[in-house]
Amino acid sequence: MQEIFIDKYIYLSMALFIIGMVGVMIRRNAIVVFMCIELMLNAVNLLMVAFSAKLNDAAGQMFVFFIMTVAAAEVAVGLAIIVMIYRNTRSIDINVANKLKW
Amino acid sequence: MIANLPNYIFFFLAFIAIFFAIMVITAKNPIHSCLYLVLTMFAIAANYVLLNAQFLAIVQMIVYAGAIMVLFLFTVMLLNLNADSEPVKSNLMKFAGVIVGGTLLLLFTAALRKSIGDAEPVMNSIPMQIPNHSNVGLIQNLGWVLFKDYVFPFEAISILILSAMIGAVVLGKKEKVQLSTND
Repeated sequence: MQEIFIDKYIYLSMALFIIGMVGVMIRRNAIVVFMCIELMLNAVNLLMVAFSAKLNDAAGQMFVFFIMTVAAAEVAVGLAIIVMIYRNTRSIDINVANKLKW
Repeated sequence: MIANLPNYIFFFLAFIAIFFAIMVITAKNPIHSCLYLVLTMFAIAANYVLLNAQFLAIVQMIVYAGAIMVLFLFTVMLLNLNADSEPVKSNLMKFAGVIVGGTLLLLFTAALRKSIGDAEPVMNSIPMQIPNHSNVGLIQNLGWVLFKDYVFPFEAISILILSAMIGAVVLGKKEKVQLSTND
């Protein structure tokens, strides 16, 4: 029987997480930044499922289940906020929303 | 060939996931970003199947690729965004972002190689069999664990979802007072 060792999954989820992080830094479209945050959440979920499968423990998969629920709630609220920002400023450039910066 | 098949499948799925993830952050049109992200989610769901976590694979497809990405697409189309309205970031910032990401990747890889080398005897004492025949990811087992050990978080999350729903409705309501913009 063939084994896939856990380090392959660590490298894969690390690569996905860093792609998401670079996306947050290089994009200014608020919706794409939000998608990149989803990508980072998915990378962490993948790592947790891999460790859960390796250690034969259901706790990791339960955590992924709860993270997915929280992500769904977060998307609902976050997209409502983005729609409101667009309605008020006619732009979804995140640099428009810099009033909290100072 | 057949014995090595799970490895080939893993590399194929990893390639798809990383390729489309890069397409997500490089696509000019937000709708294309969204559709590429759906493909990345499907590759991750297929990885869950490979890890014998069928329940999470289905939930990933329904919740992420179904509900969340439809919400994203709906918002993108509602705001009528396309490649023309895309704000551009200066090339210096893009360069700096890629440098930071590459450096972090290098740092993590170096730390991992060191720590995996140290942890080799411990890690290899529990080999991960692919396909693994444990039933930890099956819906029956997860249901037992969820309603036995995680009942309180399960109930708390329902309140979270309710508050998120109310919050989204309150935020999305048309405001009487327009916020002033002085930029």
